[in-house]
Amino acid sequence: MAVKNYIRERFFPHLWCAGCGHGIVLGGLIRAVEELGLSRNEIVMVSGIGCSSRISGYVDFHTLHTIHGRALAFATGVKLSKPELNVIVPMGDGDALAIGGNHFIHAARRNIDMTAIVMNNRIYGMTGGQYSPLTGPGMLATTAPYTNIDQGFDIVEMARAAGATFVARTTTYHVQQMSELIREAVLHEGFSVVEIMTQCPTYFGRKNKQGSAVEMMKQMKAMTTPVGSKAKQENPELIERGIFVQVDKPEYCAEYDRIIDRARGGK
Amino acid sequence: MTRQVKFIQGNEACVEGALYAGLDFFAGYPITPSTEIAEHLSLRLPRRGGKFIQMEDEIASMCAVIGASLTGHKVLTATSGPGFSLKQEALGYAVMAEIPCVIVNVQRGGPSTGVPTHVSQGDVMQARWGTHGDHSIVTLTASNHQDVFAMTVEAFNIAETYRTPVILLFDEVVGHMRERLEIPEPGEIPLVERLRTAVREGVDYHPYLPREDGRLPMSDFGGVHRYNVTGLVHDMWGFPSDDPRMVHGLLRHLVDKIENNAGQMARFKTYYLEDAETVLVSFGSAARSALHIVESLRPRGERIGLLELQTLWPFPADVVRQYCNEAHYTVVVEMNMGQVCQMVKNAVRHPERVFLANRIDGVFITPTDIKQILRLIKGRGV
Repeated sequence: MAVKNYIRERFFPHLWCAGCGHGIVLGGLIRAVEELGLSRNEIVMVSGIGCSSRISGYVDFHTLHTIHGRALAFATGVKLSKPELNVIVPMGDGDALAIGGNHFIHAARRNIDMTAIVMNNRIYGMTGGQYSPLTGPGMLATTAPYTNIDQGFDIVEMARAAGATFVARTTTYHVQQMSELIREAVLHEGFSVVEIMTQCPTYFGRKNKQGSAVEMMKQMKAMTTPVGSKAKQENPELIERGIFVQVDKPEYCAEYDRIIDRARGGK
Repeated sequence: MTRQVKFIQGNEACVEGALYAGLDFFAGYPITPSTEIAEHLSLRLPRRGGKFIQMEDEIASMCAVIGASLTGHKVLTATSGPGFSLKQEALGYAVMAEIPCVIVNVQRGGPSTGVPTHVSQGDVMQARWGTHGDHSIVTLTASNHQDVFAMTVEAFNIAETYRTPVILLFDEVVGHMRERLEIPEPGEIPLVERLRTAVREGVDYHPYLPREDGRLPMSDFGGVHRYNVTGLVHDMWGFPSDDPRMVHGLLRHLVDKIENNAGQMARFKTYYLEDAETVLVSFGSAARSALHIVESLRPRGERIGLLELQTLWPFPADVVRQYCNEAHYTVVVEMNMGQVCQMVKNAVRHPERVFLANRIDGVFITPTDIKQILRLIKGRGV
């Protein structure tokens, strides 16, 4: 099926700024779904609030555009009540890890089978460029006019520590890898997290003098390296891309089915 | 066949009612005095293949039930004051996206942590206006376990009929008190099942296009119709819109579908009202004391009766007017600072004849309390 069959054309034009990386994520996500050969009826996309969360409106799946930070909580209800559905949850960095941080770690802990995609542009874009938990110290934002003093999260390390059984990272520059990782994440049985570093030229880029969208993407290429590469050993400042965690652990909905058996007098 | 009889807590009566109504998904977070609802459902739901989940917080519980409702299930969450505050944003989402769900609030004293966990009825206005923005809401209550059961079933029926969240506003006394419950036979209380669209695959389905009778047929997530659900103002497709006509039309629809059916949703009980000169108006556990004092004063020739409200929102103003307009004294008995009393005053012809008999100290209002207040109101001294 062609890519255009996965989008809702009547929803376009989209609201993202010129140069925004979220459209690249949308493209990568659709290609992943296409390659997986999933029926659109089997996919539920649940999102929260923010620029990234508008992605759910543009795809022709069952789509649930919810409230700020709570996408994973809504998604948990969808998945547990109908485990045969594929649940994909795109979120922004503020949505997933500030207001939604509690749901993020607990969804990971439960190892419920859904795919969280964190579109990390290091800024609150929808509200005009305030610092997020991923902005990092030393950066500028509309609420950090004298530079940000908040330490950032490492999404990969946090997801791993919280119990996610699939954790990966890539960037909008690496579109092939993006589709591969999303595909792997959707196939994975358990809670999967894909961090996608993406550019916000309008706010993060402009505030921090990072140039155009293309320059920001080139910068993401320069500052990242494949997991376990020699380059990382030589330059610890580099951010690794690829799959960090891929393990089998009991999945929540499957475990719940055993509870039903037990409650009904089985073993 | 004889009905099954149980001697149980009010919270368990709520569980029995929810299961009778067809509950198959519960998400919650522990909070006194509602926790028994979660505990009993964790035991009972899996036995019938239903799902129970204890979420990481109150907000997540409210969100999870909304998600589960969209896949076609009857859903419930239960909480008390502080948790009810936390759920308000997601509750508003269910109002806006028109998603059937039932929320139990077993009230305790507030604000904040208050006096855990003594009785109160202080959340009447929060039930009405807790979430932001203009909206309408349905709230039911009950004073005894048979009615807790019946109102719980009713809550699910109304939620499905009007595609709306329904709040069950119980209180600590009703929730924790033990008394007899006779469980009706299956079919004895009619159940409203989800209205699903008859639109076939490949034909456009509009999730937010009301039928002529005002109802909006649903399509389960995972089914053949893919559509968008959002908390933004939306068109009949569920697509966001800020067209002023759309904004106005949707807000009117959300309010009118509740307020225009207030008469159909009005549940109440009347005791000795035929010739009553003094009408007590009460609800929840306070109505038990009110009924007690009515029945002890009647044999002494006092023309006193009780109007027990079971629907609090939409406020049954017509019912209140009908029974209170001619009364010499209308006395609202409630365990708050007059939240229903003010609504009664707004409804009746002579608000100056409406009085409040209340307690706000975490102690259950007794028949003696009411009797003394009645004497004061009538200038007889205590």
